[in-house]
Amino acid sequence: MNRKMIFYTLGKMLKMEGILLLLPFLTGLIYRESVSIYYFIVAVLSYVLGHLMAIHPPKNKTIYAREGFLIVALSWISLSIFGAIPFYISGEIPSYLDAFFEIVSGFTTTGSSILTDVEKLSHAALFWRSFSHWIGGMGILVFVVAFLPDATGTTLHILKAEMPGPIVGKLVSKVRVTSQLLYKIYAILTIVEVVLLMLGGMPFFDSLLNSFGTAGTGGFAIKNASIGFYDSAYFDGVITVFMILFGINFNLIYFVFIKKFATAFRSEELKWYLGIITCAIIAITFNIMHMYPSIVDAFRFAAFQVGSIITTTGYVTADYGQWPLFSQIVLVILMFVGACAGSTGGGIKVSRIVIYLKNALAEMKRMVHPHSVVSIKFENQHVNSTTVNNIHTYLVLYFVVFFASLLVISLQNIDFTSAFSAVTTCINNVGPGLSVVGPVGNFSSLSDLSKIVLCFDMLVGRLEIFPILMIFSKSLWKR
Amino acid sequence: MYIIIIGLGKVGQLLTHYLSNEGHDVVVIDEVQKKVEDAVNQYDVLGLSGNGANYDILLEAGVEKADTVISVTTSDELNILAGLISKKLGAKHTIARVRNPDYSHKKDFLRDQLGFSLIVNPELETANEIRRTITFPSVLKIDVFAKGKVELVELKIDHGIRLEKRKLSQLSQITKSNVLICAVKRDEEVMIPNGNFELQYNDHIYVTGSHKDLSRFCLEVGFINQVIKNVMIVGGSKIAFYLARQLSVQGIQTKIIETNESRCIELSQKLPYATIINADGSDEDILLEEGIQQSDALVCLTGLDEENVILALLGKKLGVNKTIAKVNRLSLNSILDQIGLDCIVDPKLIVASEIIGYLRAKANNDESSSVQTLYKIVNDQVEAVEFIVNEKTKHLNQSLMTIDIKPHILIAGILRNNQMIVPKGQDVLEIGDRIIIVTAHSRLQKLNDIFED
Repeated sequence: MNRKMIFYTLGKMLKMEGILLLLPFLTGLIYRESVSIYYFIVAVLSYVLGHLMAIHPPKNKTIYAREGFLIVALSWISLSIFGAIPFYISGEIPSYLDAFFEIVSGFTTTGSSILTDVEKLSHAALFWRSFSHWIGGMGILVFVVAFLPDATGTTLHILKAEMPGPIVGKLVSKVRVTSQLLYKIYAILTIVEVVLLMLGGMPFFDSLLNSFGTAGTGGFAIKNASIGFYDSAYFDGVITVFMILFGINFNLIYFVFIKKFATAFRSEELKWYLGIITCAIIAITFNIMHMYPSIVDAFRFAAFQVGSIITTTGYVTADYGQWPLFSQIVLVILMFVGACAGSTGGGIKVSRIVIYLKNALAEMKRMVHPHSVVSIKFENQHVNSTTVNNIHTYLVLYFVVFFASLLVISLQNIDFTSAFSAVTTCINNVGPGLSVVGPVGNFSSLSDLSKIVLCFDMLVGRLEIFPILMIFSKSLWKR
Repeated sequence: MYIIIIGLGKVGQLLTHYLSNEGHDVVVIDEVQKKVEDAVNQYDVLGLSGNGANYDILLEAGVEKADTVISVTTSDELNILAGLISKKLGAKHTIARVRNPDYSHKKDFLRDQLGFSLIVNPELETANEIRRTITFPSVLKIDVFAKGKVELVELKIDHGIRLEKRKLSQLSQITKSNVLICAVKRDEEVMIPNGNFELQYNDHIYVTGSHKDLSRFCLEVGFINQVIKNVMIVGGSKIAFYLARQLSVQGIQTKIIETNESRCIELSQKLPYATIINADGSDEDILLEEGIQQSDALVCLTGLDEENVILALLGKKLGVNKTIAKVNRLSLNSILDQIGLDCIVDPKLIVASEIIGYLRAKANNDESSSVQTLYKIVNDQVEAVEFIVNEKTKHLNQSLMTIDIKPHILIAGILRNNQMIVPKGQDVLEIGDRIIIVTAHSRLQKLNDIFED
């Protein structure tokens, strides 16, 4: 194993975090907040440490799949450890574990918060929370690869481990250019959203931070009532559309950018994704119609909630804890389904779900005709057995982690709905759950043990299980 | 450059390796999904699986904006077809590997009428390479620069050579010939030597000079340079055919030993001057019977690497001066050197270097100075590159002593008015010079890259 290269890449990542931490520092300066100095201190600390680690580039820069997994897992953990320090030393979040939970929730684009009153946070803290969504959404290492000169072909292993989805496709032949393109698309869409929100009269700071939350499909709100605070159909509409947009595979958005519309709209995953959204919105609209003055209002809230949950953003405009059970269950199912592969969203991913279903049907056919040869097709291509195997393993591990976490959380003796939805929401990177941890509640009442487990779940969910679990695998550490 | 490589066999993989490392945009196409995945995992390239002559696949690979399409699949027909389609779809250059002489013998037609920029025939190129080494028997490997005016040869320091335990600065005391030792390989390490470097037994040295000077150098320092008169070839492959044809032109007697009878008949019809023996060439008795001890050189060209290696060793034991073995598996090279087998030819590597040399020359056409020829020597660790000096070159007419040149770079020769000059401190670069650079750095794109500023 190329330990030197792992160490070196971690150093590069910390340097990058140091640079990124200057942004909340600048925000603090603009708003003349004294806490911003802490961001500066941590920025310097992180940069210097990273610089020391990356001072000597290793001779052998080749990395293989195992180094890729390890780099990603360790980067995300150290990223969160450093990212939490400013919250803690500035005293805005008194406990380090809480601060850690908050920033893990930020980077993994979960959006679950332990804060009871976000409105009293400083602008610098609010910025850093939301900005962590933006960075975490596309991935910090994708960022590092995009903007550092020494990316080689083998860095694809890093991208593969960090990008969501069963199959990672490059947009162009070079990893570095691919990463840059991804970030360009990402930035352009974010800017468009900021502009649209400002046109509707939202202040610049709010629209920027809310756009960060949408782009990373994170969902940290800057108001206690989340997006519901603004109570505007226009904002709801813009944010709904952009949430759904950021849940689409970025490769498809790239095709739209280079005007290959046909290729983009032929995508099978996109059709399923939009189909599921449409069905869910219709079902919930009719289910909650009686609670709102008109069907249009019901549609507005249903659409926002469905978009928010399936893309695992987690913004809220209505307390869906008050909705009928049917609607709540639909939302929980959507949490598991998640967004498209290659997007910034979490969950199991639409493409995996579709392949599971197709494989199940094919398997049933095989049982009836034992000698038949059935091949599964997805996106017009044959899905080979390695991929099928891999995504099934994913599902098994997913549920192992899920139920193990549920078991540990149940030690705290809270009610079933809260425990179940807390794990669901964290492992799928959604944000709010139901009951205690529901849209109007938060995670502050949970025990320390539960918070640690949920942090773990969030990282597992964001990095798609394998990298984090592999830290515990003996064979990874063997030479 | 935007390059599409069709076919990920050994040559395809080598090309992918070099071209992606040099920073080109590379797209690879192969029918076998697994090979494409491996390439994408290992190199910074985009992969597509499918038939490389398929219209849709080529379009998906971006053929319309491709600078070069290289087709090196196992099928000649597919390579030609893929090249034709790519050309029609807008690719600037097309390169195809064509093995079958039935297709490739009219190179002019392929180039002018069908638009191929380069047709490579691995067997023919290999035969050329073997012929060059045979005509210069003390040498392990020869590369030519400046249209043959300058040669770069690899020699091994054996006992009895007067260079052993000598410093390079003493070279002028031993020989008056106008040559330069530009790289030394010791064990697996490669060095660009300076004056204080002391040569040892078993070092491989790389020397540049004109053919005449090199012959004189070999003579003066004690390399035996016996003229080869007859050659024994084991294995009647295509390479053997090309080689025998070329050697007979030079008046060298050839004897081909081949097991397959019908192939023997075919060869005997095509090669009236060569002696064709229908027997098992791996049998020692047969070799003795056919007079291997009287042969000046033994060339092993059977289909099996192992057999070639063993036969070459046997030849050495039986006292043949020059043995050459064809080995397809590059990874074996380092071991082969240790067991005393030093003259190895690898058709895949030869083809890959030819294509890469061509691409480099193309890629740099509009740069300040362009690569004319390129060789990868010493297991690819060192490159020898030929440039032409033009008006954009920096430091024109300054003496070389005063110019800062990057470390691990050596100016190995200057060719001016067809005269080879071994560069000394007071020499200068002039417009129109062809200069040969030896470097342990990869990716020397243009001449100005060698200067420190």
